Amino acid sequence: MFNFLIRRLVVAVLVAATVMTLAFILTRLSGDLATSIAGPNATQADIEAIRQAYGLDRPVLAQFFDWVGRALTGDLGESYFFKARVSTLIAERMPITLTLGLTGLVIALVVSLPLGILAAVRENTGLDRVVQMVALFGQAMPSFWLGLILMITLGLNLGWLPISGTGSWQHFVMPGIVLAFSAIPALTRLTRAGMIQAMGSDYIRTARAKGLSRASILLKHALRNAAIPVVAIAAVQLGFMLGGSIVIEQVFALHGVGFLAWESIGKNDFPVVQAVVLVLAVIYVALTMVADLMNAVLDPRLRGP
Amino acid sequence: MSALLDVEGLEVGFGSRTSAVRGTSLTVERGETHCLVGESGCGKSVTALAVMNLLARGGHRTARRMTFQGKDLLKLNDGGMAKLRGNAMAMIFQEPMTSLNPAYTVGSQMTEVLRRHKGASQRAATDRAADLLARVGITAPGLRLGQFPHQLSGGLRQRVMIAMALMCDPQLLIADEPTTALDVTVQAQILRLLAELQRDLGLGMLLITHDLGIVARVATRVSVMYAGEVVESAATAQLFADPRHPYTKGLLRCVPVPGKQRQDEPLGSIPGTVPRIGPGFAGCAFRERCDFADETCAHIIPRHAASPGHDYLCRLPA
Amino acid sequence: MSVAVVNAGPRRGWKSVSTWIGAIIVGIAVLCAILAPALVPHDPFAQDLDKRLLVPFWMEGTDPAYILGTDQLGRDYLSRLIYGCRISILIGVTVTVVSGLIGITIGVLGGFLGGRVDDAVLFAITTRLSIPVVLVALAVVGLLGSSMTLLVLTLGLLLWDRFAVVARSTTMQVRNLDFVAAAWCAGCSRFRILSREVLPNIASHLVVVATLEIALAILLEAALSFLGLGVPPPLPSWGLMIAEGKDYMFFSPWVIVIPGVALFVLVLGINLLGDGLRDLFGTHRTDT
Ligand SMILES: Nc1ncnc2c1ncn2[C@@H]1O[C@H](COP(=O)(O)OP(=O)(O)O)[C@@H](O)[C@H]1O
Ligand code: SF4
Ligand SMILES: [Mg+2]
Repeated sequence: MFNFLIRRLVVAVLVAATVMTLAFILTRLSGDLATSIAGPNATQADIEAIRQAYGLDRPVLAQFFDWVGRALTGDLGESYFFKARVSTLIAERMPITLTLGLTGLVIALVVSLPLGILAAVRENTGLDRVVQMVALFGQAMPSFWLGLILMITLGLNLGWLPISGTGSWQHFVMPGIVLAFSAIPALTRLTRAGMIQAMGSDYIRTARAKGLSRASILLKHALRNAAIPVVAIAAVQLGFMLGGSIVIEQVFALHGVGFLAWESIGKNDFPVVQAVVLVLAVIYVALTMVADLMNAVLDPRLRGP
Repeated sequence: MSALLDVEGLEVGFGSRTSAVRGTSLTVERGETHCLVGESGCGKSVTALAVMNLLARGGHRTARRMTFQGKDLLKLNDGGMAKLRGNAMAMIFQEPMTSLNPAYTVGSQMTEVLRRHKGASQRAATDRAADLLARVGITAPGLRLGQFPHQLSGGLRQRVMIAMALMCDPQLLIADEPTTALDVTVQAQILRLLAELQRDLGLGMLLITHDLGIVARVATRVSVMYAGEVVESAATAQLFADPRHPYTKGLLRCVPVPGKQRQDEPLGSIPGTVPRIGPGFAGCAFRERCDFADETCAHIIPRHAASPGHDYLCRLPA
Repeated sequence: MSVAVVNAGPRRGWKSVSTWIGAIIVGIAVLCAILAPALVPHDPFAQDLDKRLLVPFWMEGTDPAYILGTDQLGRDYLSRLIYGCRISILIGVTVTVVSGLIGITIGVLGGFLGGRVDDAVLFAITTRLSIPVVLVALAVVGLLGSSMTLLVLTLGLLLWDRFAVVARSTTMQVRNLDFVAAAWCAGCSRFRILSREVLPNIASHLVVVATLEIALAILLEAALSFLGLGVPPPLPSWGLMIAEGKDYMFFSPWVIVIPGVALFVLVLGINLLGDGLRDLFGTHRTDT
């Protein structure tokens, strides 16, 4: 187990390094950054000035190692547009994105677990089919569109929830629902498959032979085992949700990290863009490690003899 | 007083296709070991599971009579049955490696039975669990209680299953091939343990096996199953001395010395295979393989009594 | 207890219905995509400022010449919807071709060669999964300017992971089968074994993945276009139509309802068809 964790850590560091390189290359794709930062009306002198100011006149490799070196100390550079430290910008916006992601995850679990259990217990019945349909519908739903539809219905017509902004917890409900939709299909299917497998297992037959209550059989003995892969995937899904929240933050005008990235892309503010890519990738890698740890907590077999 | 377990005319089908058990009758008296033998797939497990009402989804049972301690099991709903299971009637299975929940400790799985049925405190239940682990021959029970199933060997797990089955002092213990999945040396130990517990606790035991050596050593009574039916039933000595059904005779021929049969040898090296039995099947299911078969064997077969307490299902007269 | 209850009768019936629904939806969409120029009642790009935001047929005061109404520039909504279908299908298929080529190559190599190569493949997949797709796609298009080709290449370069995962694991399974072992012994070249033995045997799995990927690419294209960094206007991408309708949605909700429903139905149809194919080929889910 310990060796396994060490190996995972090494891989995680390598992944982060690779993503760093890719993010750097990505932002250099447009060719001459100074020209695009300066904008269409800039004179040649302006462009030269920018090139000097941002160190873009140095060799690319020097720029790269400079960036990596600083990033390792937590310095992600300076935003051209916001005239602020990128790390500060991201730190300011991160709570909103995290709140959104966690809200989405909680909603997704609250919906998926009961649905998956229900479908498994009623396998091959109409109810099971309905649940599978729900999963298919969730998979086909364009999230940004669902967001707009919710704004019209829940927000405007019914007036239940605020339409956009971040003023209160209610502001996170609609975007949370929308974000949850992307994770519900996978989590529901996994719960269903896990429960079906568990319910057919020998230890569930033992639990029944012991005369345990139905609730104890389902929720203690079967769900505990079915939940092992679900929990792992849930952590990974949270990573995907944080990465995908850019669309939803834009729809609901939530000024989180995704929104920051979107603004920065529009402004050619590449230090911010490459930093957000890196931060999201690192969070994802960290979450996959959390998933492994949770697996070890839930599954005693992984903890060794 | 009625028998501890009394089953008459048990039928079990899966879907509309297979009749796994066809009119099986058997009784288990208090304090006796009733062995159910027969080759793999003849319906032994299904019979036991039907008694416990533990059939897999799609299985349905009917019976003319099925009583336990005089209580009609057919009239019990799920809740009523759950109150008996693990309590007055307990069962252990063939697969010790997979029959315990991998996610919970041995202690947690053992104590929950007593807490559920007797409302015992966690402390009392833990004490009882430790006592029983010691009773089934597990050293350092306190340590074992805190371990997870994967930390135990197959033999230990089966001992845990046995101890767990005994938590509520059952009257009836159903053991479905409890030693088949174990190493040969461990098999003998577990079997000795079961026989000893049965005697000491006065258990009624329904022991399913396909090992006639075991039968000769521990059984009070034997029922031989073939293709979903009990084809012969008698007291052990009677059956070994005077087998009547051609299938039983074939089985006994395959056991040169009772008790010395190779443990992994399948029961009955009788040529041929068991036919697939559908709901409309009539006549003797053994007739394809029987040396005595004639055309009357395709019709209804009578059940003969060779002597009181010894009956068999064959056209051949007593 | 190990014998599973086989009770597939009614389910199979229901499954085949849903598969047919999926096939019909996909069939109609493909026809619309191919025949778009012949099908459209109006020029999807022709603006008519006198006929802005005409309502669709189910509402009052509709203009029979514009069944689904018009958008904020007076362009016929049905015609734009049909052309949008063309864009969705085109992008979905081309992205999947690109990502499929990349993913299958990587996955088959890893699964077939094993060892160091496979380690590298696994690492590539892990790295790819850690990269936020939407953000990177937006950044590329934002920095390089929006064009269909760029969009397709970007998405193709980002969406190969599932192909690689499935190709890798199925290749490993196939490699261990007897007939491949026999081909080894007969002294065939590696390329021959790959093309004659491995690829045909993993093809059915890859077809199922391809349907999922087409659906995913269509959804992503719509999202990027919605954010203004996908298909360049005035092309009528459904995502772009929703973005353009957004400002009017509180008064004329149908301007976003129509393209959104179209998008939803098309993706649902592709997924239903993919599910049906999965059952047909007896392959397992790979998307959880
Ligand atoms: N869950 C099930 N579904 C369908 N058929 C079953 C099921 N369980 C058992 N059967 C059938 O019932 C018959 C008897 O099985 P079983 O009682 O397990 O035999 P054994 O005597 O070896 O314990 C077998 O032919 C088997 O195919
Ligand atoms: S009934 Fe006929 S076939 Fe069956 S065992 Fe007796 S003699 Fe043999
Ligand atoms: Mg059995």
